[in-house]
Amino acid sequence: MTETKTKKNRKIFGMSQDVFMKKYGIAIILLAMIVFMCIASPTFRTSGNVISILQQISVNGVLALGMVFVITAGGIDLSIGSMLALTSVVIGVVFEYTSSIFVAAAVSVLMCGLFGLLNGVLIAKFNMFPFVVTLATQLVIRGTGYIISDGATKTLTNKNFRQIGLGKLFGVVPYSILIFLVMAVIAFVLLHMTKFGRHIYAVGGNINAARASGVKVFRTRVLSFVWMGVCAAVAGVILTSRINAAQPNIGEGYETDAIAACVIGGTSFAGGVSTIPGTMIGIVIIGVIYNGMNLLRVSSYWQTITKGVLIIGAVMLDMFLNKKKN
Amino acid sequence: MAEEYILECEGISKAFGGTQALKDVEFHLKKGEVHALLGENGAGKSTLMKCIIGLHKQDSGTITFEGKPYFVKDPADAIKKGISMIHQELNPEPHLSIAESIFLNREDTRGPFLNKKLTNAKTEKILEEFGFKEEATTLMEDLTLAEAQMVEIIRAVSCNARVIIMDEPTSSLDSEETERLFTTIRGLKEKGVAIIYISHRMEEIFEICDTVSIFRDGTYVGTRAMGEVSREDLISMMVGRKIGNVFPKTDCEIGDVVFRVEGLTGKGFTDISFEVHAGEILGFSGLVGSGRSETMRAIFGLDPLESGKLYLEGKEIKIKDPYEAVKLGIAMVNEDRKDFGLCLHRSIRENISLPNLSKHQKGLFLNQSRERREVEEVSKKLTVKAASIESEAYSLSGGNQQKVVLSKWIMANPKVLILDEPTRGVDVGAKSEIHALMCQFAAQGMAIIMISSELPEVMGMSDRLLIYHEGRINGEILREEILSGTVDQKVILEKEFGGK
Repeated sequence: MTETKTKKNRKIFGMSQDVFMKKYGIAIILLAMIVFMCIASPTFRTSGNVISILQQISVNGVLALGMVFVITAGGIDLSIGSMLALTSVVIGVVFEYTSSIFVAAAVSVLMCGLFGLLNGVLIAKFNMFPFVVTLATQLVIRGTGYIISDGATKTLTNKNFRQIGLGKLFGVVPYSILIFLVMAVIAFVLLHMTKFGRHIYAVGGNINAARASGVKVFRTRVLSFVWMGVCAAVAGVILTSRINAAQPNIGEGYETDAIAACVIGGTSFAGGVSTIPGTMIGIVIIGVIYNGMNLLRVSSYWQTITKGVLIIGAVMLDMFLNKKKN
Repeated sequence: MAEEYILECEGISKAFGGTQALKDVEFHLKKGEVHALLGENGAGKSTLMKCIIGLHKQDSGTITFEGKPYFVKDPADAIKKGISMIHQELNPEPHLSIAESIFLNREDTRGPFLNKKLTNAKTEKILEEFGFKEEATTLMEDLTLAEAQMVEIIRAVSCNARVIIMDEPTSSLDSEETERLFTTIRGLKEKGVAIIYISHRMEEIFEICDTVSIFRDGTYVGTRAMGEVSREDLISMMVGRKIGNVFPKTDCEIGDVVFRVEGLTGKGFTDISFEVHAGEILGFSGLVGSGRSETMRAIFGLDPLESGKLYLEGKEIKIKDPYEAVKLGIAMVNEDRKDFGLCLHRSIRENISLPNLSKHQKGLFLNQSRERREVEEVSKKLTVKAASIESEAYSLSGGNQQKVVLSKWIMANPKVLILDEPTRGVDVGAKSEIHALMCQFAAQGMAIIMISSELPEVMGMSDRLLIYHEGRINGEILREEILSGTVDQKVILEKEFGGK
């Protein structure tokens, strides 16, 4: 109360300074990183490099846009790496029968959506821990991928399909970036402009109060996992196109980056707090770390450590900013 | 004269940022007295207590304890010096036994090992002294709230506390448990322990306290002996204005039966039947745990109903989950505001519109400007005090949080409004505002069901009063009987205890 009163006069974009820092403190960090990289590496600021960063983050970005719904609703999904692999092999099978990219994508979305539904029902109906459920279904989904593909990697021959991951609109903007941005707009609308989004926040914020306010808690929780599945399928399509092969062993560890992007972007693990713009910043930060350290010739081992340290730093920053308000 | 005071605070000031929470406050506590602190929320009572137990440090002013200057680092230090506080929300370690809980951080040891035998024996002795029937090895989680509170008090005494601060000690106790607590307090008094008693319940303050100090807006108003003041005096000292009628129930036209239940049975209640009319406030009184809240939770779909029928406007209805109740036009303000009322980290706006999102829907999206307008409107009508409707719910005082919960259901415009302890933990000003709002809603034709454990409140507000005893209805009292004086608190209390 007291602090908001004293700082009320200083407003940034119509928000009090506290609120602004809480919401966009992480954006300032991103800006600092970009400024540093621009000075440290001349290559960094070339348009080619910017596009390459965006292309690199598109897979993780789409995953994070799904993950933010699940975490905000009070859950977690560890099975998305396996969903990427499942998507990949499903696409391989579909292309044996038809060359339609639409059918391949639709079947992938359907399959991953169904596994998301399974995750959601197990968690919401039987009140099991999301961590444990998705840890287990991860194995089921991974195994399903191996059975469908018989463990074999298959190179794809569909030339148009390759365009999704590598092609560019008017030879400038990669399609993968466009897909990512379209998904971001959909996620923004869903979370911030619809009843569904409000229910996600309510269920994650206080599940009892949500139920006592007439929110269909079961449906909301299940749908958050279904949306995650859909995002995993879309990310899987981009990834498969980029490697140009149906491969059952891809996608391991992808959940880490997706969760990291959410957390760095201000998503509370306790549930009920997140924003899509914040998540987008989290996604870009991870992309800049990878890209920047590659340019500075830092070994990938150190990149991994840096990412871990950054997640802890982001959580501490979040706690610090929230504590100050109390 | 000075030596008869055990604790003296002089000229205490404390500011948080730009807000002066305490302005040159004084407070004098005598040995062996029960001293009430009265004031609306935010009057500075709890800030002063926090300075005394070392959670805050005052900006200026001196505290003297037993004649010596008193400086305290933290609550543990305060306990060591002889001042303990029993908090409103008890936080016992559920897996500890009573003995372990009382001797936490003071365990008896034999060499490097715990000497449980000795601790248990010591505990048994203390428990016996207090006439406490549980074993020393009983786990804290198996105790009722009242018993857990008693353990806290026993712990304070066993730490040789000369001053015990009790913050709303009776807020979760029923009348019988309260009586037992008062017996304990009187016992402590005889031993010379001074008690600072913080409560919103005027009746209790008159019953148990010797002296009262009143605070308003961070300033000290005055100290009076209980025998010299009336309830009216105290209220006017607190708010600076006289309140003519503490429970301003206005008469309004009572219409047809809106909601009726028949033979409801579930966990904690048996064969409950009643009806409530449009424009009527139907009160439910009873001891805590008598099954009133359980009945309402089951009606609203939060808990399962074993048998019984519900009728809304003459038609039979079935409710399995709260969303069905909400859809039918039944709303419920839960007694547990933090767990069942609010998403504390979301804004006032989102909390208020949560059950009303369908109203703000435009196609697939929410019409956020209309939502904002309507939330502004309802929160203004219910006088929610906040910087803006975008403020997060946890930043509000208890009274304002309760108004936010009320607002969301008023926006839903229900036919039946169930209020479970609508003024619990709410300051006097907000309380009378909530009462006035209830009358207003009734006048609009809403059927209102109110549970309250405060007898004067439920008596003052109800058109009709049902009394619960052990899960059954044990009597019905009409407003006329209360107004004419044929039924008084004693009659109702007797029925609550099972009498006829």
